[in-house]
Amino acid sequence: MHKTVLFALGLLAATPARAAGMEIDIELPRIEVADYRRPYVAVWVERPDNSVAANLAVWYDLKMRNGEGTQWLKDIRQWWRRAGRDLQVPVDGLTSATRPPGLHRLGFTAGAAPLGELAAGSYRLVVEAVREHGGREVLTLPFDWPPREAAVREAGGERELGKVALHLKP
Amino acid sequence: MIGHRIVFAALTAALAAPLAHAHETWLVPSSTVLSSTGYVTVDAAVSNQVFHFNHRPLQVGDGLTIHAPDGRTLQPENLVQGALRSVFDLKLDAAGSYRIAVANAAVMASWKENGQPKRIRGTAAEIAEKVPPGAADLVLREVATRIETFVTVGSPTELKPVGEGLEMVPVTHPNDLYAGEEVSFAFHANGQAAKQLKVAIVEGGTRYRDRLDKVELLTDEQGRIRHVFARPGLYYLNAVMTGKSPTNPDMERRLSYTATLEVLPQ
Repeated sequence: MHKTVLFALGLLAATPARAAGMEIDIELPRIEVADYRRPYVAVWVERPDNSVAANLAVWYDLKMRNGEGTQWLKDIRQWWRRAGRDLQVPVDGLTSATRPPGLHRLGFTAGAAPLGELAAGSYRLVVEAVREHGGREVLTLPFDWPPREAAVREAGGERELGKVALHLKP
Repeated sequence: MIGHRIVFAALTAALAAPLAHAHETWLVPSSTVLSSTGYVTVDAAVSNQVFHFNHRPLQVGDGLTIHAPDGRTLQPENLVQGALRSVFDLKLDAAGSYRIAVANAAVMASWKENGQPKRIRGTAAEIAEKVPPGAADLVLREVATRIETFVTVGSPTELKPVGEGLEMVPVTHPNDLYAGEEVSFAFHANGQAAKQLKVAIVEGGTRYRDRLDKVELLTDEQGRIRHVFARPGLYYLNAVMTGKSPTNPDMERRLSYTATLEVLPQ
């Protein structure tokens, strides 16, 4: 009897390790300009009707005095409209500081914040980057959820984003 | 006498003319969408090219009202009237949508007294008081103009209709306009749907292109128009309604409405 309970508990414990998830690689290109500022970046998952299914990451300037970094959040225009203007930043596990040029990997697990549970269906991963005195770029990677097998979706930016890859893990 | 008649005719023509040779009147805020409270600055001008300071400043004066999202009225700061534009700053201290409007309404009366032309301008009540009963050749004209723009901190909030003069009643929020998406606005005259009203939309930057590219739309039975802004940018929207006053069949009425709208890229 005890053994069965223990076995069942063991199964429960094992479940999170096998939960579906995604890893996202975001490359911020090195841009040779005199007045370089790290870009503001937002990463989210949206449904075919543009509604936001999960807000995954927002990188903005947290260090400015009096939260002045928030005044530029509206410049992540698409994100601002879809999700940003309804949020009170900072948000634990979602907002963080801007990052330097280079490759950045983010990992998300189904059931855990900020990805949470996604209903089965079609989605788009959206990565939007905007840089002060620079430009703006949005990349969109369509995918189906839940993933049946490991798969990679990739897109390449031309100006403000380098390679963006979505690794789906069943 | 003949001289007087000519002067009078000229005055009448001037009265009827004001926007026949359309001068554009507009308010342009430095930002329409903000993520935190703070200042915006607003330019106000009368021009003969959209958003180009090339004619005279807009007299903002008493007609300026700024409605905060919580119903308060805000006062402008640093109001300056220059040679070609008026400027003021606005401190937006709460989240939500702000309506910035310059609205003016007046009645003009002209008549003859002992063969001499008389002409006054004032509110409807003042006119009723000052015009002698049974005045000869009485002409009454009502003019109401409203010039607006909108600014939102955070998420857009409801903009309550004013209920007076010609106004735009948002169906699509004016701070939620994106290129390539269909938007809809309703037009009301004194609170009633303005049917079959011609609404003109001009994209800013006319001085950098050869054609005006004016779009003219007609409102439906609910006073609504639908439109897709092809490109992001600053747009000038204008509608004019002329005819008899519905409350006084002896009074001519001219209502005009102008808005500056910012359309953002997707």
